[in-house]
Amino acid sequence: MTGAAAFLRRLLRNRLAAAGLILLVLVVLLAAAAPLLPLADPDATAPVRRLAPPFSEGAWLGTDTLGRDILSRLIWGTRLSLAVGISASLLAALLGSVVGLVAGYAGGRTDALLMRGIDTLMAFPYLLLALAIVAALGPGLLNALYAVVAVNIPFFARNVRGAAAGLRNREFVDAARLSGMGGLRILLSEVLPNVMPVIVITLSTTIGWMILETAGLSFLGLGSQPPQADLGSMLGEGRRALINAPHVTAVPGVMVFLIVMSMNLVGDGVRDAIDPRLRSGLPARPSAATRVARATASVPGAAVPAGAAPGEPASGALLAVSDLRTAFEGPSGPVDAVKGVSFHVMPGECLGIIGESGSGKSVTALSIARLVASPPGVVRGGTVRFNGADLLALPAGPLQRLRGGRIAYVFQDPLTTLHPLMRVGAQVTEAIRAHAPVPAAEAGRRTIELFAAVKLPDPASMAQAFPHELSGGQRQRVSIAMALANDPDLIIADEPTTALDVTVQAEILDLLDALRRSRRLAMIFISHDFGVIARICDRVAVMHRGEIVETGEARQILARPRHPYTRRLIAAVPVLGRAREILRASERAEELP
Amino acid sequence: MAAYALGRILALVPVLFGLSLIVFLIMALIPGDPALAILGPYATPENVARINRDLGLDRSLPVQYLSWLGNVLSGDLGRSYSLNRPVLDEVAERFSATLILAGTALLLASVLGLLAGIVSAVRQFGLADKLVTLAVLVGISLPSFWLGLLLILLFAVRWRLLPASGMYAIYGGGDLADLLRHLVLPAVTLAIVAAGVIARLTRSAMLEVLRQDFVRTARAKGLGEGRVILGHALRAAMVGVIPVIGIQAGFVLGGAVYIETVFQWPGIGRMLVDAIAKRDVLLVQGGVLVVATCYVLFNLAADLLQRLLDPRIAP
Repeated sequence: MTGAAAFLRRLLRNRLAAAGLILLVLVVLLAAAAPLLPLADPDATAPVRRLAPPFSEGAWLGTDTLGRDILSRLIWGTRLSLAVGISASLLAALLGSVVGLVAGYAGGRTDALLMRGIDTLMAFPYLLLALAIVAALGPGLLNALYAVVAVNIPFFARNVRGAAAGLRNREFVDAARLSGMGGLRILLSEVLPNVMPVIVITLSTTIGWMILETAGLSFLGLGSQPPQADLGSMLGEGRRALINAPHVTAVPGVMVFLIVMSMNLVGDGVRDAIDPRLRSGLPARPSAATRVARATASVPGAAVPAGAAPGEPASGALLAVSDLRTAFEGPSGPVDAVKGVSFHVMPGECLGIIGESGSGKSVTALSIARLVASPPGVVRGGTVRFNGADLLALPAGPLQRLRGGRIAYVFQDPLTTLHPLMRVGAQVTEAIRAHAPVPAAEAGRRTIELFAAVKLPDPASMAQAFPHELSGGQRQRVSIAMALANDPDLIIADEPTTALDVTVQAEILDLLDALRRSRRLAMIFISHDFGVIARICDRVAVMHRGEIVETGEARQILARPRHPYTRRLIAAVPVLGRAREILRASERAEELP
Repeated sequence: MAAYALGRILALVPVLFGLSLIVFLIMALIPGDPALAILGPYATPENVARINRDLGLDRSLPVQYLSWLGNVLSGDLGRSYSLNRPVLDEVAERFSATLILAGTALLLASVLGLLAGIVSAVRQFGLADKLVTLAVLVGISLPSFWLGLLLILLFAVRWRLLPASGMYAIYGGGDLADLLRHLVLPAVTLAIVAAGVIARLTRSAMLEVLRQDFVRTARAKGLGEGRVILGHALRAAMVGVIPVIGIQAGFVLGGAVYIETVFQWPGIGRMLVDAIAKRDVLLVQGGVLVVATCYVLFNLAADLLQRLLDPRIAP
């Protein structure tokens, strides 16, 4: 049972869940011990001492409208409420899981029929169905229990059915079927253990509700009938003395609240402990700009000192990155993804950055306008000078104006990088209006001009389309139009053609190259494909494991690569009739350290 | 969109059919003789037989169901014996009061829940986030019927700020201001739980969306943080939040039963509780049928709204 032990450890590490569990255990113990405690008879009335306040002699929590001891009634009522609520939960879990298992495992018509029934039950507003059932069966605690069970069956049936349907065609179920196991045995021995977590999660998240609903029905007078009292009917009876003796309702009210809250706390903890993936929403959200924590801060806005970066031209560069270090915060301290990278881009020049995935090229590109998700990303050192100003020291306002203004990005997969629910025209129009006080109509006209410039067919109607209605190539043209929106000086294209078909790739490359030349744009083009880089870039920087290992003229490096890693990248470019050479190159590559 | 709407509406037909069948069966299978309940001390065998014939109870179940369904479709829900008036009239009157209460509560819950969820996500792990998380935990754990009593005690009895019960003042009320004053406490009580659920979901949906690529694109084009969060992230998160608001409508309609009892609101929930106590079967049947049908239609509206926001949903 190491699984159970690990589960319990994860649950208790969650402080809130542990607190909830302790509270719940205390309440359950108190209720369970009711017959052993020296309590007054919960039903003994004493008209002479009606509505005694709390801390009265012989009645710590006072007495109710009939002079009965509230402490005793509270503990006995808690016992009854817990018993009914927990039985209802277990029964709903059992029946709902059976329906869900059968529907999910059988599939086909059985599934359709059962789920149609469940959908119909869910078409009723939750409590209303319970009321209808109580109306039919008549008021009473047991009938209230049945009603609560009935309205909670659908939650279990739906969740379990989903999990069971996913298992139906898995290999181990097939194997069991082939070995001649009957349907029932497969359900119990193969499917049930695998859907158990779903059942437990559903149970732990609905049990609080069920306690609340049974108490509610009793409160309405439809559950437990006098003299028997659960917490709900105590509340209902106390209502009559609300103004003179609020403690009569407060005591059971607080108890219901404590029980339900502790169950909710434990329920959340159980869900997180069983399925850590459900916590995936929890990692810290990325902030507007990557955090910068440089060990030796540079003077913001200072001009580039002559010879700042060795081997780099000191003046005239549009962008000069020197000794850039970007890391990701991990559980065991920051891990460097970019380890001291230096390069520059002259106005109108195209610099290619090439490397395999994980080499740090995208992180380098995103670090320039501080778009690395942060947390976990953090820039730990270096400078990024654009027209002389250090972008890493720029306040939020100027940085925001620069993004999409002087420096624009084109990202890899336009299906995920364009907003899926906005018309593509509106997305470009928005980029224009973020940087210039242009009236909407004027921005719309410019958007259509941009769409024409990136050779989108029928630009005016294209602007009305949603991203999912366009082809991959068309979407990337939209992204390029968006990047061009404010006539930037530098476009950073991060694998802009990787997600596209080969023929479309070539078209997009030609478009980018033509636009760059006609508009005199500088460009950083990131790719893992030497063929693509060689086609449009003037210079190339080769990145490997967070460092630039070789840099120079594109043609020169292609002809005479010095670093073995560069040779391997060049060899990976498919050229007709070069298969043998590539094979040999990859054999050599394996000898690399 | 039109094709999508038509498809959704057609898909409702079997649901509404199933719904009517369940309502009918629950009431038809009630143990005990409705004739006895109606006649009370006048239950001679002749009278019982006559009532059974009048109510059509001497026929087979399928026949009874079809004739009942026919009556329902022509707007005849029968006559309430305890109130001695047509069920439809009573239900219509009571349900409009419930709609005012539940509608206000749902609106309040949506606004509060969305705001709290957004703030909580944007200030993740900050003080505001912790406060919202705590408030949500308390909100969804409080029994609304007790919270209602507490609010009455504080706002109506102690501070005398707001009326504790009813929909209008008995003397001199009746205008909108009077209605609003009476609406505050019950609507707030009813909204608390739904607001908590919506806030919780909005927070997680926002956190999920804020990590997506298109949010980075929005930043890369130079949008301000407010626009990134409200214009881009929230828009995408709403697609997940709207169905939950639809589901919450059901919980609010159900929770209204408690609140109407606590605040003496003359709505359909209280009518149902009274009708159950008096075993007025037709009244319960009619009330449940009308409310459930409205809930189904509301969820249709939520579906269509979601489709409007998210054009990717296939017809």
